Amino acid sequence: MSLAEIKLLLSVHFGEDVVLGEETGGLQPALLIEPAHIANVCFFLRDHPLTYFDFLSCLTGVHHEKENRFEVVYHLASIPYQTQLTLKINTEKPVNESVLPSFPTLYHVYRTADWHEREAYDLIGINFEGHPDLRRILLPDDWEGFPLRKDYKSAEYYKGIKID
Amino acid sequence: MVNEAFLKYQQRIQNLSAEEMVLNMGPQHPSTHGVLRLELITDGEIVNEVIPHMGYLHRCFDKHAESMSYQQTIPFTDRLDYLSSMNNNHAFVMGVERMLGIDQEIPKRVEYIRVLVCELNRIGSHLIALGTYGIDIGAFTPFLWCFRDREHIMGLLEWASGARMLYNYIWVGGLFYDLPVGFEERCAEFVDYFKPKMVELNELLTNNQVFVNRTANVGILPLDVAINYGCSGPMLRGSGLKWDLRRVDGYSVYPELDFEIPVGKGEMGTKGDCWDRFKVRIDEIGESLKIIEQCVKRLQKELKRSPDFDPRGKLPRKIIPKAQDYYMRAENPKGELGFYFIADGKTEIPKRIKARGPSFNNLSVLPAICKGVMIADLVATIGSVDIVLGEVDR
Repeated sequence: MSLAEIKLLLSVHFGEDVVLGEETGGLQPALLIEPAHIANVCFFLRDHPLTYFDFLSCLTGVHHEKENRFEVVYHLASIPYQTQLTLKINTEKPVNESVLPSFPTLYHVYRTADWHEREAYDLIGINFEGHPDLRRILLPDDWEGFPLRKDYKSAEYYKGIKID
Repeated sequence: MVNEAFLKYQQRIQNLSAEEMVLNMGPQHPSTHGVLRLELITDGEIVNEVIPHMGYLHRCFDKHAESMSYQQTIPFTDRLDYLSSMNNNHAFVMGVERMLGIDQEIPKRVEYIRVLVCELNRIGSHLIALGTYGIDIGAFTPFLWCFRDREHIMGLLEWASGARMLYNYIWVGGLFYDLPVGFEERCAEFVDYFKPKMVELNELLTNNQVFVNRTANVGILPLDVAINYGCSGPMLRGSGLKWDLRRVDGYSVYPELDFEIPVGKGEMGTKGDCWDRFKVRIDEIGESLKIIEQCVKRLQKELKRSPDFDPRGKLPRKIIPKAQDYYMRAENPKGELGFYFIADGKTEIPKRIKARGPSFNNLSVLPAICKGVMIADLVATIGSVDIVLGEVDR
């Protein structure tokens, strides 16, 4: 199915306001999805006989510092149809620094999202609502800050030891 | 700053029932193949729960990549899956070339050399997987045999690139150097030498009754679970699905080459067990040998070396892709290696690169398939997943 057909399929099933737009400039076109519906959209695309996007290849958290927003990019693949699809969801950076930007989890749709969401939480500081085990995965559990954010400043001390 | 989920996890460990015991396997345990720590909650010999802890080898690949140009990042990709550096280079370079729009202009000889060295490296990576798996199960000899044969591959790749493990050989738009004179002939010799060795290895290990008893019907991974957890490579094919990105995406010159995709059939036990995954790797070595033979033939005949051939001829002076994002996936020995690039279109430095390592996803299925198994079977299952911690931790 082409991107336009998928877009049509989604707007027929969920209504017009689920697909916020599309990016067709690059080599891989992408659909922008309303963040609150992302889990339902993926669930629908996974099980629909015309799409069968049953494989989540990659989940990436991105910090756009200039636009002051956070983005999560999903790369889906369909094994029966041998097609690929990119979905993106965006949110503004919360005004309060201690509040993490938050998206719904895909844990219950693709189990791949389990560790990938933990990684996005660990390095970018994105909260995934409904994830049952959102611990840090690569960094120590008591690490301060989120290193892949563009405004991250590396710490001067780690547990009282000066870092040169 | 620890979060709620961490406190919940701590509670789980502290409130064990009277029969349960926590057993830490790793990070220095030989059968975890690197610095992986598995926290096992056991009841006698039975494993009730597996909690993997990673990050001991975290080297901030993503963060490093955000501060240097694409060409400078290639040596870092070597260190992701350090047993198959050529394949990592190839995947990364193809992604950048497609973003630049020069992927159709690469000379055929360069493409064939790339495939040739990648397949050599694939055999080397599988040999380690097979050999160390033998050790996990308790067979020492196959390990020595595999390393002996891998040494020939290392010698060949060292001859071409100058390094034994971390090659940095495939560059954006070309290669570091052309193959040394006589390389093709030596490759052909190696294939002739290596084919009977695989027969020996099969007699020694694959069809060995002790080995079959330890691996058949152990660590069964059903196909739907494998897909849902994002497993790829021999893990997915071991569960019976013909899914190989070399065929699906048909990148580089793979569509011109003739090879089969081996899948697990459950010959010794159930489909998707440890033996099937092992067998898929054995068969893949045979297919890689076929590819190498075809490449060598082509490189000796129609794509012969000539004095005016320059593998660096197409190298772009400045690598500045247009503003876009691109997800490149390629078939590594371990599975689907993906690179997600975001280019801003102004500088040589990417805005974001994420590496999706196959081992990372393959390992994530371990807690699901190891509930209620014996500890010895857990060791057999980890070995059959074939993880490289350089890629899990990145």
